[in-house]
Amino acid sequence: MTAAPLVGTDPASAAGTPAGGRRGRRFDGPARTAAGFALGAALLFAVAPLTLSDFRLSLLAKYLCVAMVAVGIGIAWGRGGMLTLGQGVFFGLGGYAMAMHLKLADAGPGELPDFMQLYGQLDELPLWWRPFASPWIALPATVLLPMAVAFGLGSLVFRRRVRGAYFAILSQALAAAMVILLVGQQGTTGGTNGLTDIQGFFGYDLDDPVNQRMVYFIIAASLLALLALARQLIRSRYGELLVAVRDGEERVRFLGYDPAGVKLVGYVIAAGMAGLAGALFVPAVGIISPALIGIVPSIEFVIGVAVGGRATLLGPVLGAVAVAWARTALSERFPGTWTYLQGLLFVLVVAFLPGGLASLWALARQRRSDPAGARWWRRSRAADPAETRTEVSAA
Amino acid sequence: MTGPQLDGLCVRDLRVTFDGFTAVDGVDLDVPPGDIRFLIGPNGAGKTTLVDAVTGLVRATGSARFGDRELLGRDVHRIARLGIGRTFQTASVFEELTVVQNLDIAAGATRSWWTLARRRHRVPDEVAAALETIGLADRGDQLAGALAHGQKQWLEIGMLLVSDARLLLLDEPVAGMSHEERDATGALLETVSRDRTVVVIEHDMDFLRRFARSVTVLHAGKVLSEGTVAQVQADPRVQEVYLGVDTASEA
Ligand SMILES: Nc1ncnc2c1ncn2[C@@H]1O[C@H](COP(=O)(O)OP(=O)(O)O)[C@@H](O)[C@H]1O
Ligand SMILES: [Mg+2]
Repeated sequence: MTAAPLVGTDPASAAGTPAGGRRGRRFDGPARTAAGFALGAALLFAVAPLTLSDFRLSLLAKYLCVAMVAVGIGIAWGRGGMLTLGQGVFFGLGGYAMAMHLKLADAGPGELPDFMQLYGQLDELPLWWRPFASPWIALPATVLLPMAVAFGLGSLVFRRRVRGAYFAILSQALAAAMVILLVGQQGTTGGTNGLTDIQGFFGYDLDDPVNQRMVYFIIAASLLALLALARQLIRSRYGELLVAVRDGEERVRFLGYDPAGVKLVGYVIAAGMAGLAGALFVPAVGIISPALIGIVPSIEFVIGVAVGGRATLLGPVLGAVAVAWARTALSERFPGTWTYLQGLLFVLVVAFLPGGLASLWALARQRRSDPAGARWWRRSRAADPAETRTEVSAA
Repeated sequence: MTGPQLDGLCVRDLRVTFDGFTAVDGVDLDVPPGDIRFLIGPNGAGKTTLVDAVTGLVRATGSARFGDRELLGRDVHRIARLGIGRTFQTASVFEELTVVQNLDIAAGATRSWWTLARRRHRVPDEVAAALETIGLADRGDQLAGALAHGQKQWLEIGMLLVSDARLLLLDEPVAGMSHEERDATGALLETVSRDRTVVVIEHDMDFLRRFARSVTVLHAGKVLSEGTVAQVQADPRVQEVYLGVDTASEA
């Protein structure tokens, strides 16, 4: 990661300050965090529902699901250096697990879901569908299933020291494989159409705007919960270790750690977050399909994170929402160009602002409140390029 | 932090081959407990490769024992947990973490997941002690990437101290350091060697004369000479391949 000084300002101020506790900032630590969460809650639970139309609010619910995936990518990629281009797989596992349950509930006890009746090849429910009839199995499965798959894949891959671009490509191949599998098993998965036309959510009619609002509130609360979890993770000793593995995997190994285990934990947590996001996406949108979880959406998840700032807590969330919003706004008006625009945005950010938009914010804040820090930043920028080069190659 | 016991390193017939090229060619090496052994030799002699083999980075045949444990054939992180610590020719601290965070990570390889999942609320005692030892007590909250080159090397040594390493393998620790920094590093080595065994790869002859307790000269993957500084300097073979050239260019 060549993003050194910019991205670096954040983990240090996040994790270093509370430990040292010497810097007498007026407004820092628990008070600031509580204020931040209160502000977030006020925006999500009061401002948005009061000012947005039902239609806009349901769009926002969708974006917040993407933001939940982004929180996980922020941990796996931003903190752990694992560029995962296949989060759609975990999003999809969570989404399909939820959708299967809701389809079965819609159909009623003993009945086949509508699409299975339509294709008419089956007289009874396939074996692997049956557990999902029970909410006690289906709901935990939306999170645990993605985590289990991530654990399996991660165990195979990290120990063999697959990383960097190889890991990215491998994770993307998984997304492609999952789509092929789903499309190929049309009779039991709904094929290209996916699982559509979901009516009810645990007894509540999803066509009713009141219930749509309830789903929105559940999603908003889940996002805040994931942020709290991510924050704890980033600030824990594990979070520091994860950054160390990202920046010097070999070095960590020589200190007696097995980096594969450290990465595995971050990857599995990110998968669980994507799974929860997928599960909540289903009642918000009423559908889950291969097109929503394949390679393209998997890459779009990552673009939002890159734009917002992958190594920060809030950057991925804000970036994900912004990019998802821009996608809706622009692809309506200029269909066809959005894909290119999005690609261009990604390249620009990666090339010129590797810390994402969050790094601009961190820099501005530092200049204002911490002149010494800003001076250090300038100095490190002006540092002997030769020295910088050897450090980079050493890492 | 005083290790339970001092152990020595015992290497027998160590051999490392890269695609038919033998970089380490049957080396025998005994470093007694508490020694400060300098490993010298011209570029490409196989010094770094020897350390790589002992720490599990490259595959080797023969034997390398620390105390009564065989090191060869184990994973890198398992060897580290047996108390073998090393530094690299290019300083490799975690630049985006603070000095305290660097040391805390180094101190924690045996922490439980439960401990890892929580925050560090204060500076652990062993980290505070190491900060004093390496002279960075007032820099604990600074980013490691912002340290001067010499300070980074000390931080790396500090990381080995808190990790309870009982054998330190230091690859050119004073390269690129000023005179004052070298003196400080030498003093640090002497402090550290009170309850540890130290092996230093070094090119600097002046530094070697002042701080080495014993010297091994490698040449083309083989041990050329071994003994005290005086014995090695007096060895004509050594003068021929290494010291002669170096003292001449130094003078
Ligand atoms: N990974 C490697 N692959 C091939 N050759 C290597 C490798 N590492 C070191 N060598 C070769 O082994 C020899 C010894 O290298 P090294 O141990 O780095 O020497 P020194 O540290 O004494 O300068 C050199 O000739 C070097 O080119
Ligand atoms: Mg070398």
